[in-house]
Amino acid sequence: MDNLLIIKNVVKKFGDFIALNNVSINVPKNSIFGLLGPNGAGKTTLIRIINQITLPDKGSVLLDGKPLKQEDIQYIGYMPEERGLYKNMKVGEQAIYLAMLKGMTKNGAKTQLKYWFDKFEIGSWWNKKMQELSKGQAQKIQFIITVLHKPKLLIFDEVFSGFDPINANIIRDEILQLRNEGATVIFSTHRMESVEELCDHIALIDKSNLILEGNLIDIKKQFKTNTFQVGLVTADNEKLKAEIGEKFTIEDANFKSLNKELKLNIKINSENSTELIKYLNTKALINHFVEVIPNANDIFIQAVKSNN
Amino acid sequence: MNNKLVLIIKREFNAKVRNKSFIIMTILAPFIMVGMGFLIMYLTKANDSKIKTIAFVDAASLLKENPLKNSKTVEYINLTKLGADKAKVQAEKKEYYGLLIIPKHNSIEKTANTIAFFTKKTPNLILVESLEKKIEASLQHLKLKQLGIDIEKIKSTKIKSIFNLATYSGEKSSKFENGIKIGFGSIAGYLLMMFIMIYGNSVMRSVIEEKTSRIVEIIISSVKPFQLMMGKIIGNALAGLTQFAIWGIMIAILSFVALSFLDIDTGKIAQANVSIEQLEVAKEIMTKQEQLVSVISKMPITLMLILFIIYFLGGFLLYSSLYAAIGSAVDNETDTQQFMMPIIMPLMLGVYVGAFSVINDPHGPVATIFSMIPLTSPIVMLMRVPFGVPVWQIIVSIVLLVGTFIFTVWLAAKIYRIGILMYGKKPTYKELFKWLRY
Repeated sequence: MDNLLIIKNVVKKFGDFIALNNVSINVPKNSIFGLLGPNGAGKTTLIRIINQITLPDKGSVLLDGKPLKQEDIQYIGYMPEERGLYKNMKVGEQAIYLAMLKGMTKNGAKTQLKYWFDKFEIGSWWNKKMQELSKGQAQKIQFIITVLHKPKLLIFDEVFSGFDPINANIIRDEILQLRNEGATVIFSTHRMESVEELCDHIALIDKSNLILEGNLIDIKKQFKTNTFQVGLVTADNEKLKAEIGEKFTIEDANFKSLNKELKLNIKINSENSTELIKYLNTKALINHFVEVIPNANDIFIQAVKSNN
Repeated sequence: MNNKLVLIIKREFNAKVRNKSFIIMTILAPFIMVGMGFLIMYLTKANDSKIKTIAFVDAASLLKENPLKNSKTVEYINLTKLGADKAKVQAEKKEYYGLLIIPKHNSIEKTANTIAFFTKKTPNLILVESLEKKIEASLQHLKLKQLGIDIEKIKSTKIKSIFNLATYSGEKSSKFENGIKIGFGSIAGYLLMMFIMIYGNSVMRSVIEEKTSRIVEIIISSVKPFQLMMGKIIGNALAGLTQFAIWGIMIAILSFVALSFLDIDTGKIAQANVSIEQLEVAKEIMTKQEQLVSVISKMPITLMLILFIIYFLGGFLLYSSLYAAIGSAVDNETDTQQFMMPIIMPLMLGVYVGAFSVINDPHGPVATIFSMIPLTSPIVMLMRVPFGVPVWQIIVSIVLLVGTFIFTVWLAAKIYRIGILMYGKKPTYKELFKWLRY
């Protein structure tokens, strides 16, 4: 697959502190790429390097196969986590100014703004000052400003913070549509449910090091433990539990059901669950059988823990 | 790239000049300045315009030969016939401004020491002094007569001498002229300091505002931090020059309008309370006015204006880049205090050196050196310029200033690009130094 952005062996130091230690990441074209990591891991530094706000000490960044240069900022749209706009400036004027800084013409910016203002039905905000808008409204303007110049690489740092669920959905749909129209999205967040929902690729940074990178499905396969969640209807739950416990590694499971069946997570040694099903069939009535697939949250916690 | 710098300059300029307090200050200040000037003039005139009546009882017949003459502001009434006691009653009843009683004694000296002046309230000291001078002159006159000395001869011995000051190269000057030059130089120097402080602060506040509103990260993902900083500094400098130009034009127009409206002719004021003794003073004032015009017309006004703009821009770039660096390093204005001292100190030093050394000796070593040192040169050199500064000194001073501001801008940019992304901690000098190496 073609990579839009290639980060090669990037090192960044602040004095004695190493913020990024030899990090290499490939962001495939037209993907939604989750950049994950605990607080202070180095995500923001990496994002700032992509935005040319800071320069790496070592390593290189390639956009579309060519080393990143100053003019490339017009191809990148960035929405930082800590964000804001000029409070005393009018919405329309401010959006045009920021779009022109990205290299758009005044008329081009106006046309695009009109499109987005119509789409979000916020035409009446044009002449309002930023300080008259609510936080959620300001975030909407911020989103529009980020995507206005039709960048091929979009970088969102905690995009959903500050949005109510309804607006978060609108923004999520817009992001998906932008991806469908050809944009590549880098998504930095702590909210694992949105990673699960949106990202096809992820990279996990912890303590300045890249500890995980790749297709989300591949990673899930890599992290799965061949554990199956089962529900078994039997006369004596305790007796059956003890019996299975002798043969397999088990632990109690939790899921909603109508009966008071025995709920277990059973770990086996191979991917093949045929033997397990055959065995369980002889012991009880199976009314629930599902493979436990690690979610992004589990992977995150497990990877970070093992890195420590 | 330069296109973006222009965009930023435009925004910063607009943000500054559209600010309500800027508009109010720009329009109001000239009115206040001109208004205050004319208010003072008007009040002084109004105060003097009421005619004061002063009665006198001249028992010694001192004023017979040199009578007190009525002027536009003072009217004299002779109550000698009533005697001291009755005159006092009448003066109080008729609310005369004052009553002068000259008792009769054998010796002139005794008379001189027993003259009394009664008033309802504390008298106007200037008026008392002028009365004293008149009486003194009469007493002297009397004494001279008593001694049998020819008054005309005495008068002819009075000789006045005013030195004609000139430099070896033949350039003429006078104490008065020097005073005017000091005045002009000081106004230019103070004005420059004020502008640097006010607009430097405004640059700093604007940096802090961008930092606290968190827009800065969005902007520097589009432009280089250096461009943002320079755009801000240049935008503010242009706003400052705009304000300065508007003030200059408005003050000129307002003064002209006010002068023709109020019909206050400075010549008339000088003649307002003419008495024979004051005529000489009035003449002096008149010649001083003529001198003033000639001194100002002889001063290198165009050069001063050009140098003011050059030193304003140079000094402003130098200082405001430091202001910008400070603004970037902190999260709010209260944290700036610790860093302000090193900025304010040289500015104050410049003004003090200007106030003491330049006035004492405009071409002395202290004044010359401080007009070269870039941190003080804008202020001190502007104060020296009216006295005529050798061209090489101006060139050296400007070259040093330009070199230094390039250095401070470079230094500030290094702190700035790190500082704008640092939140939370109140930085120390040590940390700022560390940022320079990042």
